[in-house]
Amino acid sequence: MPFEEKVTWVSLVVMGVVPVAYFVIMLGRLGDTSAADISYQWPLLIAIGASVVLTIVGSILAGIGTGISAELRGGSASDEFGKDERDVRISRHGDRIGFSVSSAGMVGVLALTMLEYEYFWIASALYLSFVVGTLVASMVKIASYHRGF
Amino acid sequence: MGKPTRVTNRVRALRFAAGEMTQANLADRVGVTRQTVIAIEQGRYSPSLEMAFQIARAFNVPLDDVFQYPEVK
Repeated sequence: MPFEEKVTWVSLVVMGVVPVAYFVIMLGRLGDTSAADISYQWPLLIAIGASVVLTIVGSILAGIGTGISAELRGGSASDEFGKDERDVRISRHGDRIGFSVSSAGMVGVLALTMLEYEYFWIASALYLSFVVGTLVASMVKIASYHRGF
Repeated sequence: MGKPTRVTNRVRALRFAAGEMTQANLADRVGVTRQTVIAIEQGRYSPSLEMAFQIARAFNVPLDDVFQYPEVK
């Protein structure tokens, strides 16, 4: 598996776990607190920060694992870490589709803003758009690696 | 989902004809990863024109000895 694909898997897992935890916790608070009174700022910043840190740590671990497995097979680590035109084209393809999905979500965020929803809903919708766009981009990239591009 | 490209190739056959050149060896010559060579051989990736020329040059054959495109009927 190319290193770029491993990094994509890391991104997919992190973006599939951290935001779910955030939304479960925050939507759970709606039971006894109104949206206007929910203090979402720090949890949201922590969720974003955790995603970034976990993605970096996961990528480093994937890199170490790739290097060790290349060494054990007696192969070249540079081949495993190399990034060529296929990786670049797949990455662009996934990012383009992910961006389209995020952009569509932004229309919903715009609507919430115009309808003067609470900041909590606007921030959550914004985060959700970003998360779904990233997840779709990662899934498209992995599908492209396996099914062809 | 079928193969994403109608371009076919003879990379695998040409590798064997060229003294059983390995995928890693071809990848080194063209400057790509071995996974990309595998994807091309399996018809899962249609390379850029530039890479296609580099592959043909690695085998010392014209481009259409390596890559073929079906006639439109």
